[in-house]
Amino acid sequence: MMQAELTKPSLATPEHPVEISGSQAVLEAFIAEGVDTIFGYPGGAIMPIYDALYDYHDRLKHILVRHEQGGIHAGQGYARSSGRTGVVFATSGPGATNLVTGLADALIDSTPLVCITGQVFAHLLGTDAFQETDIINITTPVTKWNYQVTDATEIPQVLAKAFFIASTGRPGPVLIDIAKNAQLQKFSYTGYTKCDHIRSYRPKPIVRKSYIKEAAALINEAKKPFVIFGQGVILGRAEEEFKAFIEKAGLPAAWTILGLSALPTSHPQNVGMLGMHGNYGPNVLTNECDVLIAVGMRFDDRVTGRLDKYAKQAKLIHLDIDPAEIDKNVKSTVPVWGDCKETLPLLTALVHEKKHTDWLNTFHSYTKQEHDIVIDQELHPASGEITMGEVVEALNELTNGDAIIVTDVGQHQMVACRYAKFNESKSNITSGGLGTMGFALPAAIGAKFGAPHREVVAIIGDGGFQMTLQELGTIMQAQVSVKMLILNNRFLGMVRQWQQLFHDKRYSFVDIQSPDYVQLVKAYGLEGNSVDDRKNLKEALQKMLDSKDSYLLEVMVGKEDNVFPMVPQGCSVSEIRLK
Amino acid sequence: MKQEYTITVYTENQVGLLNRIAIIFSRRKINIESLNVSPSEAEGIHRFTIVINEFEEVVRKLCRQIERQVEVLKAYFNTGDEIVWQELALYKVPTDEVAEKLQVERLLREFGARAVVIRKDYTIFETTGHREETDKLLAVLAPYGLIEFVRSARVAIIKASNGFHEKLKEFEAVEPASELIENEFLNKQAEVFSM
Repeated sequence: MMQAELTKPSLATPEHPVEISGSQAVLEAFIAEGVDTIFGYPGGAIMPIYDALYDYHDRLKHILVRHEQGGIHAGQGYARSSGRTGVVFATSGPGATNLVTGLADALIDSTPLVCITGQVFAHLLGTDAFQETDIINITTPVTKWNYQVTDATEIPQVLAKAFFIASTGRPGPVLIDIAKNAQLQKFSYTGYTKCDHIRSYRPKPIVRKSYIKEAAALINEAKKPFVIFGQGVILGRAEEEFKAFIEKAGLPAAWTILGLSALPTSHPQNVGMLGMHGNYGPNVLTNECDVLIAVGMRFDDRVTGRLDKYAKQAKLIHLDIDPAEIDKNVKSTVPVWGDCKETLPLLTALVHEKKHTDWLNTFHSYTKQEHDIVIDQELHPASGEITMGEVVEALNELTNGDAIIVTDVGQHQMVACRYAKFNESKSNITSGGLGTMGFALPAAIGAKFGAPHREVVAIIGDGGFQMTLQELGTIMQAQVSVKMLILNNRFLGMVRQWQQLFHDKRYSFVDIQSPDYVQLVKAYGLEGNSVDDRKNLKEALQKMLDSKDSYLLEVMVGKEDNVFPMVPQGCSVSEIRLK
Repeated sequence: MKQEYTITVYTENQVGLLNRIAIIFSRRKINIESLNVSPSEAEGIHRFTIVINEFEEVVRKLCRQIERQVEVLKAYFNTGDEIVWQELALYKVPTDEVAEKLQVERLLREFGARAVVIRKDYTIFETTGHREETDKLLAVLAPYGLIEFVRSARVAIIKASNGFHEKLKEFEAVEPASELIENEFLNKQAEVFSM
């Protein structure tokens, strides 16, 4: 073997250790874990890692973001579109604290992330050193796990643990804070071993067969069974297993917004969206079904409305990988704790083949009512201002439901989730649990890196776009193709809607002005367009989609349009309002 | 009904874990009445003993949230009759005052107290027992110029427990042992967990 090869860290073994720095060990871990893209921003305390990265640029792509929050949202977008772990770099102090929103978002939406933050030298810890902040304690409530490294020899093991914890069980964000001395320290590297066991951590519970049997018996006896599913189906890579299950038992299935795209929207048993702005049938019939089967979802208050009036008549089967979710908000009759990739096929084997045609038709009759009162008007308005719904509908026609849609937070998010068509899983990326405005633009950048062959369209409101528009710089420099579709109603629309409905139209600070977005992206060397006339809409969307590069299209939509149906806060799901 | 629960948590010995566990309570605005961290019967495993006043349902949920932490192996909760528990108290009093006015010998006998330090200027007594017992001695000593008083957190032994040694072996197995039933609480779901 050549001398040079002997010193390659990737060939290090306990018999032939190689002297490397802590920083190199971090990057070696990334390569061993199959990381290809890092979103980050350099700074003083993480400089040794960036210095090492200089020699790894042929193996690790680094995307320089414009703000660490943009970096972590991009990491989230990457993870959500690829199903892999997103990786983020930030420096100590403000760099690290800028990650907090993204960590909270990733924790509540179960997104696998490994974030590396630089930290001041270990001997300076606790001295209020320049750019020192106690990021471990700051991020403890918003990480699945975090750890501070002060000695380089710990790095291979700690990173192996980090990737294992982030991506297994119920995924989540992990933060590793590395003191600058550990990044610089040379040590005898003996190679990287992936972690597959931590004694205090059981990612996958053993499946209890007796509960599968009980669950199947309930489903087989049910007259009006109803499936509600969440992101667990996507995170468990169980889309096929899920489809086989509902098809065999003839079960109508409705989704939470994070479950969206796990089942094609055109599937005949897909009855729509749950929750506050979900569809009429799924909400009302939650309180009429006899067996409710929840798969990989956590009964968020936006889904359940008033808990003491939620599905009280139904027996509940709850499939979830996280034991803390079972019985947390809604008491289950049969808890099926486990990975739905394993539990669903077991259940499918035991359920009887059925159709439940009449029951499914009940959903369809509600859909028809919703069409008559809400949807037709929203998607095909004859006159007046452009509606958000018709933009999404036009986009559906042009993309055939093949695009990844990234949404921000607010009215446009609800409309996009309600009306966007999806054929493929991992196509709907949105901030569901935390409701982070400013999420969409950076997440779309990450989503494109996670799924480079797919079209990525970010649908964003005029408020949310202005929260993270600095990432236009990232788009420009990384030359990544992201289609930005701003639905501009010149208001912080969702808050305005609530003020209209529940605060006597006292529009308190929701009137938000926008810059000239076309001029703005032009300054970043990108093309853009703005339309306010219905007859130009489709052509403008087509032009946006045809663009090889990033493109911004602003659509001026109805200023005071509301999103309906709506389950007002504090009301039961069956009290859903159509107008 | 809210009542006193003693939560016993078996964990790895890891910096920061105390905070991770404490914020599970503080996030829900639940006051920790007493907290003790010590080694356990199993080598390398630490044992938290936490006392709170809460509804049973809330305590169940808290235990699940605690067990969800990566470095936590197991969390149990018990009512007072399911455990044997003790608290330790120290009382520092002026020696001359106490020797002169109190029958120290009676005091030691009646309260099961011990004199830990006797100096010219002060004496330190110690008792262990339940809250009421340590409080009683406090009341007796208070009029005689009590200089310092401190009471420890609760330590508790679960009556029905067989210790953590066997359980730990199950956790250490890379492939879960056949006897390890992960969701064992589901066996006695109604009595253990129903949130």
